[in-house]
Amino acid sequence: MALTQLPLTEQLVLTLAALILFSSFLLLAQARIVSLIHTFAWQGILLFAVTCLMAATSGRPHLFISAAMTLALKVFFIPWQLRRLVVKLDIRREVETVGGPSLVMIAGGALVLFSYYVVLPIRELSFLATRNTIAISLAVVLIGMLMIITRRKAVAQVIGFMSMENGLFFAAVSATYGMPMVVELGIAFDVLVAAILFGIFFFQLRAGIGSLDVDHLNRLHEVDR
Amino acid sequence: MKGWILAFVQTGLFVFGAPLLAGWVKWIKCRLQSRQGPPPWQPYRDLRRLFNKEVVIAESSSTIFRIAPYLIFSVTVLASSVVPMVAIGLPTSAIADVIVLVGFLALARFFLALAGMDAGTAFGGMGSSREVTIASLAEPAMLMGVFTLAMTVNSTNLASMIGFLLNHPFQLYPSFVFAAMGLVLVAVAETGRIPVDNPATHLELTMVHEAMILEYSGRYLALMEWGAMLKLMIYGVLLANLFCPWGVAVDFAPLPLVAGLAALTGKLLVLGTALAVAETGLAKMRLFRVPQYLGLAFILCLLGMLSHVILEVS
Amino acid sequence: MFWNLACLAVVAALASGLLPVFFSRSDAAVRTVAFGLLGLSGLAGILGGGGALLGGLTITRVLPVGLPWLHSHLRLDPLAGFFLLLVGLVTLVAAMYGPAYVRQYEEGPQPLLPLTLFTGLFVAGMNLVLLAADAFSFMIAWELMSVTSYFLVAYQHQHETHRRAAFIYLLMAQVGGLFILLGFGVLAGFGGGFDFAAMTAAQVPAKWATIAFLLAFIGFGMKAGVVPLHVWLPQAHPVAPSHISALMSGVMLKVAVYGFIRFVYDLLGTIHWQWGGLALFVGSASAVLGVLYALMQHDLKRLLAYHSVENIGIIYVGLGLSMIFAGTGHPQLAALGLIAALYHCLNHALFKSLLFFGAGSILQQSGEHDLNRMGGLIRRMPVTAVCFLIGCISISALPPFNGFVSEWLTFQAALQGTALKSGVLGALIPVAAAVLALTGALAAACFVKVFGVCFLGLSRSERCSTATETARGPLLGQVLLGLLCLLFGVLPTWTVGHLETVARQFLPEGMPEATAQGWLWLTPISPRVASYGAPLVLFGIGLAWLLAWLWLHPPHRKMPVRVGPAWDCGFGPLNARMQYTATAFTMPIRRIFGPVWPIREHFRPASAEEPRGRYDLHIDDWVWLKVYQPIGRLLLATARRLALIQGGNIRTYLAYSFFTLLFLLLVVSL
Repeated sequence: MALTQLPLTEQLVLTLAALILFSSFLLLAQARIVSLIHTFAWQGILLFAVTCLMAATSGRPHLFISAAMTLALKVFFIPWQLRRLVVKLDIRREVETVGGPSLVMIAGGALVLFSYYVVLPIRELSFLATRNTIAISLAVVLIGMLMIITRRKAVAQVIGFMSMENGLFFAAVSATYGMPMVVELGIAFDVLVAAILFGIFFFQLRAGIGSLDVDHLNRLHEVDR
Repeated sequence: MKGWILAFVQTGLFVFGAPLLAGWVKWIKCRLQSRQGPPPWQPYRDLRRLFNKEVVIAESSSTIFRIAPYLIFSVTVLASSVVPMVAIGLPTSAIADVIVLVGFLALARFFLALAGMDAGTAFGGMGSSREVTIASLAEPAMLMGVFTLAMTVNSTNLASMIGFLLNHPFQLYPSFVFAAMGLVLVAVAETGRIPVDNPATHLELTMVHEAMILEYSGRYLALMEWGAMLKLMIYGVLLANLFCPWGVAVDFAPLPLVAGLAALTGKLLVLGTALAVAETGLAKMRLFRVPQYLGLAFILCLLGMLSHVILEVS
Repeated sequence: MFWNLACLAVVAALASGLLPVFFSRSDAAVRTVAFGLLGLSGLAGILGGGGALLGGLTITRVLPVGLPWLHSHLRLDPLAGFFLLLVGLVTLVAAMYGPAYVRQYEEGPQPLLPLTLFTGLFVAGMNLVLLAADAFSFMIAWELMSVTSYFLVAYQHQHETHRRAAFIYLLMAQVGGLFILLGFGVLAGFGGGFDFAAMTAAQVPAKWATIAFLLAFIGFGMKAGVVPLHVWLPQAHPVAPSHISALMSGVMLKVAVYGFIRFVYDLLGTIHWQWGGLALFVGSASAVLGVLYALMQHDLKRLLAYHSVENIGIIYVGLGLSMIFAGTGHPQLAALGLIAALYHCLNHALFKSLLFFGAGSILQQSGEHDLNRMGGLIRRMPVTAVCFLIGCISISALPPFNGFVSEWLTFQAALQGTALKSGVLGALIPVAAAVLALTGALAAACFVKVFGVCFLGLSRSERCSTATETARGPLLGQVLLGLLCLLFGVLPTWTVGHLETVARQFLPEGMPEATAQGWLWLTPISPRVASYGAPLVLFGIGLAWLLAWLWLHPPHRKMPVRVGPAWDCGFGPLNARMQYTATAFTMPIRRIFGPVWPIREHFRPASAEEPRGRYDLHIDDWVWLKVYQPIGRLLLATARRLALIQGGNIRTYLAYSFFTLLFLLLVVSL
């Protein structure tokens, strides 16, 4: 159904979906690590807003719990951890990308169009009015992956990984009224553990090779050149 | 016939109201910087002073230099007659749609750049070179934003666009949100305001628009300055009426027209204040950061178009 | 009657080539006869083609010449008539321009006769291509056109670069011709005959239709100059005489577009939307790459050649949109796209030939071909400057001139992409439109540079400061083209109404709403969607100018203008070296779009060997470096390997014959 026939709340969900996509692009475009963490926190806030809206309009109270977990983890705890990490490792410098920012943004745009094309037959299976957002969530996942492969510093890659998870969560919330609670809790716990493990890993990496630039790992290879 | 008279009156309002908008922005900027500042009607005094002054032209300049101010001013006035300011449905709106409007502003800019090169100085060439570079990068963003709007209303005619939005109940279009953000960035670049160009600078190496009109004096300079103020008002009215169309008169009765004028004045005052706040808070970017700025504007408009295709059409 | 006029166009062109051979002793006689007959051919082409277009006629004739089983079929229909009109217009102006221009070759090392001979044959070949209605006549006329233009490009063959450029041109023309022939072959195989009527009626399966389309796309694209098949254009146009460059760029490229339209819309008939997607993509790429490469050139004619690549790209964008709409069942929108492409053909023929004629005048009068050595010519050559300015404004697609109308129609066609059901295509078409907007803005930037550096400011070389205006003939031709540019910009509704005749020839529906609101308004699709009142635009600009002028010049007051020196920041007198050069003007764009060009830039500060320092900047073409040179090297390497057969030893050659004989005897006995 066209946009004009949806009630205001569902239009708001679509607007928030577009803003989440925009925040993904902002993640691609940010150069400084601290701004990257803040943008990631904003993406979490948008996700929280969407979950609350879906909870309110669909009358499924368990989504409120999901929203609260998102707020606690994605908006407060993980950004706080990452910020502490950044301060301890003292890496507030510029984050370089491979290939130049304009090319990466164009690749992001192409990914959005590609995910729309891929998702077209899947759209038919959902009965919610906001099923168009499946394409947006797939795009957020793919852009997160793009971030992982085009960034040099490991912290930026972690944020890319987290934003992939954001995309999956958004897909679940908007297309199917959320995942079963057990799955939800499991994934949230996984993400939490991953964040802590990454922190430990970064210290080891920095101690081992003297920097967090993952291209320096290229020196590990079988054959002597 | 009534429509044509009204169109003429509206164009006159546009032309004679433009200096007031420029003056308002400057007054708010001065206030924000804790200065007294000239009153908002100071540009009228400046224009009158310039009209009475002697014209001095460079000996290396040609006819292009002398006809450019008139041509630029006339084309900008024609562009302003096309934009619905107080009422829609005026016959002048059918002369040109939004793509033709962009074409008018491009024609004015073409002659402005030629005038910059005409005196045979390095500053003029520098201004022209920078201006056409910024303009080339702003055009795709502008067109993408316009297309996003046109795809929703299925028209490029400005009166039809505003009419469509007035007739339908309030909708929250994500594509419009993005297109609005992108078009605001493009408008700042095209009208030469901070952070792209500083309209109040006196250092020639930082100038873009001012460098092209460096050699002008007297009534020629007055026409060029007036044209620039008119261009700012055109973009302001476009942004105000396309994204907040409520208040625009649909018929030509006296009461809706007065209400339209009042609504427009309010919207322009708000937009002017926002521009002044942005100009005070931001610093001018170096020239080679402008492509990234305009790239951001293009991405915003592109996202708007993609949101329309993905989210709003089923 | 119009058929006779079309034949007169061909015959007069042939005569203009062949007759002067009998007057070869006197250069003046050669000039007069050749260009006089060429002008007659142009006039006949305008009247014949225009008549066929305006009247919507289709006339077919079969001549008893040709192969025994395939007589020469000729046909004049609205499409051919439209392109005949284009060829005739530019030929007429070339005939006005020619006599004064070719005077400079009379003192040169090469005789004048080959130039006029091959020009006449070239124009005759182009006209015959348009009239041909069977594959054999088409290919003969096509080859005539290509080979004669080779001789024209190689006219000043004393220079090595000219010979090389002509060779590349001939090579690519032959390869393109081969692809076209193969395309015709596919259709003839299914149609059972070589005449166009049989090919139109043929039932071609989808796979073979796509193969035929690709062959024709490559073949006609090579002649039209789409990226990546464009490399001959920037080499051939600068070396040819300027009126020949105008003819080649203005009309020969359009004849290639005519061939493409005829092949796809007439001979193939059912159009698949994927073909339109390919044309759209290639067109957008050509447009943006053409203009970016043009921006970096400082040889005036090479710059104009790259702009031809850009405009052909815009034409292909219009054709691509038209094919997409035709393939998805929107015949009215397909008509809009086709009309936009045809209008751009007309506009490009007019303003590109105007620009090339102007460039020729500048070259002839000032002796300079490098922009960085020109300047201030507006004072020395005022009429040429005004006409060149009109050409610059038209090619930058600015209202109220003609270039704007066709770009506007292309944008309107692109905007209707929302009518398509496919969302992906509906999202890609606005991206192509944004690329087109970028192209238009960059073209305006380039022509500000060209006009500003060439005509305005101070003169950068001695020869430019003493240039004089050209003779009356060239000026008259350029003024005529300038007026036509304005006319076709101010009367678009009339033009679109007649172009619709062409569209209705191939598509089930035309576009009747475009002209439904009267001659004043152009309303493709509907007045609510978009409207453009071109005469009112011109009137509005004039009215506002008049009012401003009257207000600022009250009758009882004198408004003097004092002339003084330009602002020099207190540093002392300005000289011409302090101005921006063409290379300096485009430096920001060069830095922003850096990876698009292969740039070699060297700066050596002042030292013992170079007391003033040295700065070198070379910008090549990626397509040439990465595609054509490797292909060339591969071909040469293969040829060298195969050349091992030629041992030089006579016994080896006898052994070849001996073993071939043995082999054949073996084969026969099996």
